[in-house]
Amino acid sequence: MAETQWQDDIYRVLKSHDIRHIAYVPDAGHSAAIKLAEADNEMTSLVLTTEEEGIGYLAGVHLGGQRGALLIQSSGVGNCINTLALNQMARIPLLMVVTMRGDWAEFNPWQNPMGQATESVLRSMGVLTWRADTPDDVVPLLNGAAGMAFNGDQACALLLGQRLIGEKKWVK
Amino acid sequence: MGEVNALDRRAAVAALLEGRKDVLVVTGLGSASYDVMAAGDHAMNYYLWAAMGSAMTVGLGLAMTQTDKSVLVITGDGEALMGFGALATIAVKAPRNLTIAVLDNGHFGETGMQESHSARGIELDRVAEACTFPRTLRITTMDQVETLRAHVAARDALTLATMKIRADNPPRVLPPRDGPYIKNRFREALGFSPI
Repeated sequence: MAETQWQDDIYRVLKSHDIRHIAYVPDAGHSAAIKLAEADNEMTSLVLTTEEEGIGYLAGVHLGGQRGALLIQSSGVGNCINTLALNQMARIPLLMVVTMRGDWAEFNPWQNPMGQATESVLRSMGVLTWRADTPDDVVPLLNGAAGMAFNGDQACALLLGQRLIGEKKWVK
Repeated sequence: MGEVNALDRRAAVAALLEGRKDVLVVTGLGSASYDVMAAGDHAMNYYLWAAMGSAMTVGLGLAMTQTDKSVLVITGDGEALMGFGALATIAVKAPRNLTIAVLDNGHFGETGMQESHSARGIELDRVAEACTFPRTLRITTMDQVETLRAHVAARDALTLATMKIRADNPPRVLPPRDGPYIKNRFREALGFSPI
């Protein structure tokens, strides 16, 4: 997938909120931010084996006085459910950026159950959510989510819809 | 297998924390938290009451931000097993100031003493070694606990130690359960203000 301006914007907005740690499970939609984070000496980037590791890690980062963000796919939101109790009960801020699958024009139907449940699952666990479906949505929504996460000790997630990311080409 | 699980958990944890100064301690939910609380409540204790499997990753986040302090994760074998993959994640970063002490009684003590994987041949220190942890230890004596305490203070290599404790349930000593209180107290001890 070609990288686009909104992908670079995500990293720029994260930096502007003094994010110093990027924990991630890779996704094509996050590839620009991951590449920029890995190349940035001022950023600690952490590749995870499963998404909930990032919730623990970023809780430790907050206890240690710094800020981070979690970049994952919607399928990984399911892996985070129980661990999100930590953010709710301890009022630990969390900023998640979630690329959607099973959301729109999905080729692989096995992605649909978790994709369709992603936003309601997050809300059920006390996470505030916003959806970006056009490039113009990305910067203001991410700014707003980051502000509410760190000014309010709140878990916040920005979902990047498949209409924004573009259809995954399965047959070249 | 064949290791003797003979250490008294309360005595071992108390010895590990003796003279702790500014060691930052993260505890896994359940008995590990009670052991640390029994050794004395402290502003630099972060007690987890849920999020099973997260004690090691919380410790990693702390170690990566508070690089001039020792971070000590004290958790049980069941809690560590639930966060198994984190051993790989932590080994990639390998912060020298992080020590993970796994209180290993081979059982799920909080739920009725069912045998865990570590009583069935899975040795967490060997898993950590396979994950390229620079130092792994299997602790069966109080002298070795003192050695581990010296490693914690030295901050010279990422360490995972399994501490072979007896499978018993001493009386619960409950840490505070108020999440914001535990968090704000901990952060304040490091000089950070609440929102």
